[in-house]
Amino acid sequence: MAADGYLMGTVLLLPATSCLLLGVAAAGLRGRTPDFLLRYTGALAAAVVLGSGLALAAAVLDQGRAVTTLSGQLRADALSAFMLATIGVVGLTATWAGAPRRPQPAPSPSYAALVVLFLGAMSVAVLADNLGVLWVAVEATTIATAFLVGHQRSRLALEAAWKYVVLGSVGVAIAFLGIVLLYAATRSAGVATLSWSTLHSTHPPLDPQLVRLAAALAILGFATKTGLAPMHSWLPDAHSQAPAPVSGLMSGVLLSVAFYAILRIQSVAAPVIGVTMMRNMLATAGLLSLAVATLLMIAQRDLKRLLAYSSVEHVGVLALAAAVGGPLAMAAALLHVLGHGLAKATAFVSAGWVFEAEGTTRLADLRLLLSRRPGIAVPLVAAVTALLGLPPFSLFFSEVAIVVAGFQRGLGWLMAAMVALLTGAFVALVRRVAPVVFGHRVEDPDHEDREAVDWSAPGARLPLVLALALAAVAGFAAGPFTTLLTGAARVLSVSP
Amino acid sequence: MTESTYAQLVGLCAAVLLLSAVLIVWRRSLPAQIRLLAVQGWALGVLVAVLGVHEGDVELSLVALLVLALKGVVLPRVLTRATVTEHGALREETPLVNTTASLILLALLTMLAYVVSRPVLALGSTSPLAAVPVGFAMTLFGFLVLSTRRHAVSQLIGFLLLDNGIGTVAFLTAGGVPLVVELGVSLDVLLVVLILQVLTSRIRAEFGDADLDDLTELRD
Repeated sequence: MAADGYLMGTVLLLPATSCLLLGVAAAGLRGRTPDFLLRYTGALAAAVVLGSGLALAAAVLDQGRAVTTLSGQLRADALSAFMLATIGVVGLTATWAGAPRRPQPAPSPSYAALVVLFLGAMSVAVLADNLGVLWVAVEATTIATAFLVGHQRSRLALEAAWKYVVLGSVGVAIAFLGIVLLYAATRSAGVATLSWSTLHSTHPPLDPQLVRLAAALAILGFATKTGLAPMHSWLPDAHSQAPAPVSGLMSGVLLSVAFYAILRIQSVAAPVIGVTMMRNMLATAGLLSLAVATLLMIAQRDLKRLLAYSSVEHVGVLALAAAVGGPLAMAAALLHVLGHGLAKATAFVSAGWVFEAEGTTRLADLRLLLSRRPGIAVPLVAAVTALLGLPPFSLFFSEVAIVVAGFQRGLGWLMAAMVALLTGAFVALVRRVAPVVFGHRVEDPDHEDREAVDWSAPGARLPLVLALALAAVAGFAAGPFTTLLTGAARVLSVSP
Repeated sequence: MTESTYAQLVGLCAAVLLLSAVLIVWRRSLPAQIRLLAVQGWALGVLVAVLGVHEGDVELSLVALLVLALKGVVLPRVLTRATVTEHGALREETPLVNTTASLILLALLTMLAYVVSRPVLALGSTSPLAAVPVGFAMTLFGFLVLSTRRHAVSQLIGFLLLDNGIGTVAFLTAGGVPLVVELGVSLDVLLVVLILQVLTSRIRAEFGDADLDDLTELRD
């Protein structure tokens, strides 16, 4: 099986190297790359990431153990493979559907390069078996997306980019302080390492007080990047000012990659200090995020900011799942990551189409979208339905599973609060979106039959249909997908 | 190098680090703050070199050169470029907290740093570990600068102060992180500072100056 091992090692290197090469090519061939290629560079990179993720998932399930390369620097267990495939599929949705069909303005090489590097950085983050490298990759996502957020060069985009870079970098700097302290703890225990596979296999006698401080700082830092309240203030600005496909990527997967970092920290620290402190931190942040998101969605005036706050809501759900812990809650959290990524990417891409067609995303200026522009409104409505947590979409099943897991673990009050807040968020989102999309033309005599029903869309609709279909069937997951999810959840449930 | 010289050198570097951090908060002139940041970068580089020589660690000595070049030379130059305008030398105009109050806060934050670093101090009684609270204090000072200064370049200085503090903690507690991580972190910090420098000049072009109080259009 040595040849197979080498093959999988190469697959492990593929996402990072191909993203780097594509990025350098897109930026380096400035002006000489055909527009068509520049438009689809991101989709190509995402397809490579998705392919690698699926291949690694198959290999991990087949061999029953993790795939490693570069003497263990890169490592894919079931969790890493699942996250990589999620980055790929959400990235493919956002970049393929988000690629504009119009010839003007010509696609910018730096935009294409940065999107590809962004995908590469996220891939490294989930494949590295080293908390330090994970940190470097998460910080690299901030660097790659800084100019993407400021891409439109308006005052608002500039403001959003500034806040995003400062708050994002300071937040993850705190996480780095935590990682440094964890390294100091392993060093004084005789095994100087930042690799979680080494820590899981050797169980060095770490100093609990130091690990407690380290875990608190690391979780606080990565929570900033995850967009958990009260460190979420950069999120609605950045996600509303970035170009729609980038918003989709940032909301759909970048938040989950930062959440993945929290999960890894948790799994390293839990055997030493137990779960109580981290559970309290995550539960507080989760409930606070749900509350903040609900309050700010009720009075929201902008479609993209509305979707951004919906992301705060969903990372709140993820934090609560992490607070619950255990195989069921973890599998549900990962299913939630996939479902939310697909739905949010679809929602942001359709919000971008709304902006192209209507020239605004102000909710007050948008009316009767479903009867006037069904080509754009249908994917938007379907995606929002998924985000509301309605069946058949997988978010319904993952939320139910998290609540069930919480009750099983004796966290009834926490789950009751979560359900109450989720209901509030549901009402807030419906109240804001319904007036924009529903309604009949006859109610609006000024516009009577002046515009024909417009079924067109400014981008490819097929990826959105596929993404929504996947989000709809993922909840009824069976076969290898379930094995992968439970395998990934088992990686995190290292017993103390 | 004898043990007592080693302990004295570590103590001296830590003292320079803390003193420069205090002076950064005290001074109002941006060029002076940048010069102090460069001094701090040199002190950190020398500290790493001392640790490297004491432990006979070649890798750590190379890291010392990297730290000297990055934090002592390159980053201060980038910051200086960010301050160059047609208006000449820059001062912090509207501090949210005045100097006296800032200095009192520094004293409180230093005490807090000693409280926070208790788990680290419990690891042993070597001279690097004894100096760890200095790193935490610098990190907290960085936060203070970030949250009370409204000039774009001041925020950059606050971020670098925070980063120097974390670097100090890393070198004093664990002799630095693994080399591959150290390289990645240095590259990340350099890129973040370059990006913020570009954004600063865009803000200046757009709003006339680099006062962040103008950045208040995005809110709910």
